[in-house]
Amino acid sequence: MAYGSRAVLRGVSCAFPPGTISVVLGGSGSGKSTILKLVGGLLRAQAGQVVVGGRDITSLSESQLYGVRRRLGMMFQNGALLDSLSVLENLSFPLREHSRLTRDQIKTRVHERLAAVGLEDVDDLMPRELSGGMVKRVALARALMQDPEILLVDEPFSGLDPLSTKLIEALLVRINRTRGMTMIVVSHHIPSTMRMAGHVVLLLPGSVVQGDPAALRSSEDARVRRFLTEDTDASEQILAHTHEFEAGEHAPVRRGGA
Amino acid sequence: MNASPTRDFFVGLFVLAGLLALAYMSFSIGNLQYKGTGGLQVFATFDQIAGLKPKAPVEIAGVKVGQVIGISLDDTYRARVDLDLDKDLQLPIDSSAAIVTAGLLGDRYIQLTPGAEETFLQPGEQIAYTESALVMERLIGKFLVNVDDKPEEKADKPAAHDP
Amino acid sequence: MLRLLRRLGRPLGKVIEQLGRIAAFTGHILAVTVHPPLRLREFVDEVFKAGVLSILIICVSGMAVGMVLGLQGYNTLVRFGAENSLGAVVGLSLIREMGPVLTALLTTGRAGSAVTAEIGAMKATEQLDGLRMMAVDPIDYVIRPKAWAMVVAMPLLSALFIVAGIAGGYLVGVVLMGIDSGTFLSSLENAVDFDDDVAGSILKSVIFGTLVGLISTYRGYSATPTSAGVSAATTSTVVLASVSVLIFDYFITALWRV
Repeated sequence: MAYGSRAVLRGVSCAFPPGTISVVLGGSGSGKSTILKLVGGLLRAQAGQVVVGGRDITSLSESQLYGVRRRLGMMFQNGALLDSLSVLENLSFPLREHSRLTRDQIKTRVHERLAAVGLEDVDDLMPRELSGGMVKRVALARALMQDPEILLVDEPFSGLDPLSTKLIEALLVRINRTRGMTMIVVSHHIPSTMRMAGHVVLLLPGSVVQGDPAALRSSEDARVRRFLTEDTDASEQILAHTHEFEAGEHAPVRRGGA
Repeated sequence: MNASPTRDFFVGLFVLAGLLALAYMSFSIGNLQYKGTGGLQVFATFDQIAGLKPKAPVEIAGVKVGQVIGISLDDTYRARVDLDLDKDLQLPIDSSAAIVTAGLLGDRYIQLTPGAEETFLQPGEQIAYTESALVMERLIGKFLVNVDDKPEEKADKPAAHDP
Repeated sequence: MLRLLRRLGRPLGKVIEQLGRIAAFTGHILAVTVHPPLRLREFVDEVFKAGVLSILIICVSGMAVGMVLGLQGYNTLVRFGAENSLGAVVGLSLIREMGPVLTALLTTGRAGSAVTAEIGAMKATEQLDGLRMMAVDPIDYVIRPKAWAMVVAMPLLSALFIVAGIAGGYLVGVVLMGIDSGTFLSSLENAVDFDDDVAGSILKSVIFGTLVGLISTYRGYSATPTSAGVSAATTSTVVLASVSVLIFDYFITALWRV
């Protein structure tokens, strides 16, 4: 598994197959975002290991991590755009830092990426002037600027209207299909998850249930079915305590959805 | 990127204004310039320098021409004062140096009185004629002694001859 | 007695731990400073924020302090018939103490708090994590220009404060109280020495700039990433920077006699 990653969280083990959209589901406080931060090296695992692309990153120094992160792209929940820079500068930023492209080449690439997420004429806008949906799309474009092998997406649908949700979902699916990019999406939006995920990791208190959406829907576990049908509120009651659990190795399953 | 010419202009202006203020502090108020224009180093010996300090100004007719750069005791127990004067100052060899006080209680400085000779002092040479500082306490003391029928002089003499 | 020691020991240990962290933080800033890129663009922007935007408050305060010094000095000196030394009193007070210290205190309130708040807000909105995910060290990109800008801006601001203060003293002494202009200026020029007074003044303001720059960036960087955390960090910057400026002022004065 060249690009496969494997995150271990509170005695919980899960694998994200390469080239697939994996969605991490779970109630708030279940550690969904923590998984992304562990994969990105933003947080350090206190025990166990985090393997990204066949390399254990838990023992790497911060400067070694920068090497790993160049192969990762991350779309933050609230965009995390640098608010002192315009959209163009925000998108140019990673390339100005890490490539030798000229200003014009960078600008061309920025416009390509913006077009890919359905935006144009936003170069000179500041992040605070963008709507919620636009922020997410600009953040997605920025995460893609360096053609990452793995895209980490934190709550792409939070705070969005249904239309924008569909748009972002379609974008993620298209990028996954056209580039075969490995994606780890953290979400609690059940319908879109069921449509787009090729692999679902459901974080329950102290346990992890993994599988493709169809398999989860027909799961024997009552908690899983309830989570998938009743949305997050119901799951809050389940999230009471944690205990040690080890999930087995999982075979990658591909599936697109729209 | 994020280039803003007005902002850069103001930053430039700020740095310029700040440097000017620093320069005013250093050169105009802090008298830094006398460090650079020296070059003619001579010395003079005095019996008494009474509170003359390094960096005290050296003046001719009230114009500052240099400063004191060192004070030490020579072999004959006189005070040797090294002066750093303006390089192109032509000082006749029979010039004299006096330690004077600015005002009644002011700082001490050196006053040079140019002589009449045709040859000039070269670096490292000595100003031969000097006039020591007047010590205010001694003057007052002398004045008091004269008035009080010299009782302290009597007390002084045996003490001085004792050993 | 033992209990007292123990009670003192705990905060003392915390202080030492904090000092260690600040030292590591400082080392990190120095380490990224010697590495390219230069980040001149960001540095100039920070000098604008810390320096240019503080000019007005510095000049107005300097003028006011100079005028008060002129008035108080005149009223005191005139009793001894020494009002001709007003220039020396105003100049020496401003250059040796008032200029560097008051500038540092004002800049802490005006710019240091803003630095902490900005970095804290960037942390709370995941912009610092965003930078790390783009393989850019936030200490390099965000902290370094801000800290250095403070070091550079402080002596310049302090010099402006002093010149404005001398102008204020001149205004009161010469224009209002009728001291001869030449007397005022020559008293000023004779009393102030570069080595004894001006160099010490510049040394002080550079040290204060370093203190304020380090404390304000460190407090922002280590802030709890919430609104309350950022607000607490901002308060702590103002308190800590002001107190340490005053403490350092005493020791610099005692050790170097400036």
